[in-house]
Amino acid sequence: MKGQYFLPLFALTTAMFAAAPFVIANAPYESTMLLVQKIFYFHVPSWFVMFSAIFISGIYSVIYLVKGDRKADQIAAAAAEIAVIFGVMGLVTGPLWGRKAWGVWWQWDAKLTMALLLEMIFLGYQLVRRYGGPGSDKMSAALAVFGMVNVPFVYWSVNIWRTVHPKTSVVPTLGPGMFGAFWFSVLSFMLLFSLLLTLRLRLERQRAVLDELYLAEEP
Amino acid sequence: MFLRVALLVLKKDVAIEAKSFEIITTTLFFAASCILVFSFAFVKEGAPVQDAASGILWIAIAFSGTLALGRTFERERYGETLRALLLAPAPRPAIYVGKLLGMVFVMVTTEVLLVPMVALLFQAPLFSRPLLLVALLLAGTIGFASVGTLFAAMLVRARTRDIMLPILLYPVTVPVMIAGVQGTSALLMSTPDEALATMWIGIVTSFDVVFITFCLWLFEPLMTE
Amino acid sequence: MTMLKQTITIFVSIFLLAMPLLAMQPPTGAAQEGFVPIDQLPPSEQLPAAPLLITAYAFVWVLLMVYLWSIAKRLGKVETEIQSLQRRSAGSGR
Repeated sequence: MKGQYFLPLFALTTAMFAAAPFVIANAPYESTMLLVQKIFYFHVPSWFVMFSAIFISGIYSVIYLVKGDRKADQIAAAAAEIAVIFGVMGLVTGPLWGRKAWGVWWQWDAKLTMALLLEMIFLGYQLVRRYGGPGSDKMSAALAVFGMVNVPFVYWSVNIWRTVHPKTSVVPTLGPGMFGAFWFSVLSFMLLFSLLLTLRLRLERQRAVLDELYLAEEP
Repeated sequence: MFLRVALLVLKKDVAIEAKSFEIITTTLFFAASCILVFSFAFVKEGAPVQDAASGILWIAIAFSGTLALGRTFERERYGETLRALLLAPAPRPAIYVGKLLGMVFVMVTTEVLLVPMVALLFQAPLFSRPLLLVALLLAGTIGFASVGTLFAAMLVRARTRDIMLPILLYPVTVPVMIAGVQGTSALLMSTPDEALATMWIGIVTSFDVVFITFCLWLFEPLMTE
Repeated sequence: MTMLKQTITIFVSIFLLAMPLLAMQPPTGAAQEGFVPIDQLPPSEQLPAAPLLITAYAFVWVLLMVYLWSIAKRLGKVETEIQSLQRRSAGSGR
C-alpha cells in the first residue's frame, strides 16, 4: 500500500468502527432471532476477511512456488496470519450466536467443519514456518495452496449438504435496513484487513532485511 | 516415458520391500493393534458399539497410512536415494506417481486386513455391497495417499518431520475422511443406501482429481531448493 | 517508525473509546419497552441474548487490539535489532 494512503484509510476505518455500534443498533431486529442475530454483523464479515486472506495467501503462495519471488512469500505469510486471527473471530462469534439461535454451541455440519479445518490448516502454516527448519517457506506455501483449494468447498458445501446453518442465499435477501448495516460492516472489515495486512507485511519485510544484514555481517 | 518412469520407481520400491517386508508387516501389525484398541474402547454392555465401525475403519486407515508414509520416506532419507532419484533425467511428476502407487499398494494391503477385522469385531455388514465398498476405499486411499506422499516427500529434510506430517496431513485430508466415513455408514445401514454411497464416492473422486492435480504440479517446486 | 507507533496508539485509543459506546447499546433495546414496535416480541426474550452479544463484540475488539499490539511489539524488536546491527557494521568501519 502506498505510504500516502495509509493514514487516510486508517482514519476512515477507525471512524467506521466507531460508528459501527450505532449502525448495528439501528438495524431492524430479525424476527426469529432478535438481538442475538446482531452478532451476524461481525461474524459474517470476519469470515469474508478470512476467506479473502486465505485466497491472497494461496495465490501468492502459488506465485512464490512458480517464480521464487520472496516478496510473494512475504505477502502469503502475512495474509496467512491474518486468516488465523479472523478465523478465531468467526469461530468464537459463531458459537456465541449459535448457542442462542440453535441451542447448541457447535454442530458438525458441513460449513462449520470445513471452517474449523481451514483454521487448522492455517495454524499448521504457522507451525511449519516456525518449526519446519530449512525449506519451511515452500512447505507452508504448499499448505496454503491446499487451504485455498478448500475454500470453494466451504462456500458451496452448505448448499449441497442440507444443514442447519443459514444458506448462503440469506445475504442477497436481506431487508433494506439490515442490508445497509451489513455492507457497512463488511466494508469496515475489509478496510481493517488491508490495514492489518500492510502492517503485518511491514513486519515480514523488516525480518527479511534483518536476515540479510545478518548474512552480510562479517564473521 | 512418464508411465515407464513411474512403474520403474514402483518396481524399485517393491523390490526393496520384498527383501524384508519391513514396512508391510509393521504397518499391518500396527493397524491390527489399532483396531483391537478401538474394539476394547468402544464396548457397551459387553458388545462392541456397531455404529462406530465406519469411523474406526477410516481412522485406522489414516493412522496406518501416516505410519507407512513416514517409514517409506525415512528409508529414502536414510539411503539418500531421494536426491539420486531427483538427479535422474526423469520427469519429476513421474517420480511422484511412482511413489504414490507404492503407497497406495501398501495401504490397500493394509485395508485387506483391516476390513475383515472391523467387520468381524464390530459385527458390521461391510461386505453387503462389496463393489461399492471397494470403490469407496480405493478413492479414499488414493486421496489420502496423494497428499500424504507430497507432504512426506517435502518433509524429508525437515527436523521435526515425524510430528509435522500428521499435523499438516490430517486437516487437509479430513474432507476425504468425512466422505469415506459417510459413504461407509451409508453402506452399513440395514438396507444399504446405494445412491447415497455413490454420491459420496463421487465426492471423494472429485477431491482425488483436485488433489492429484495440485500434487503433480507442486512436487517439482517443493523438491527443488 | 515513530509515525507507525503513533498511528497504532491512536487506533487503539479510539477503539477503547468506542467500547463504552458499544456497551451502552444492548440495554436500550429492553429499556425502550414502551417504544417497542408491535412486530417485535417481548423484551423478556431478548435478555439472555445480551451477554452473548456483548461477549461476541468484546471478544472481537479485544482480539484486534491484542493482535495490533503483538504486531507492534514484534516490529519494534526487529527494528531495534536492525538498528543495532547497522550501528555495529558502521562502527567496524567497512
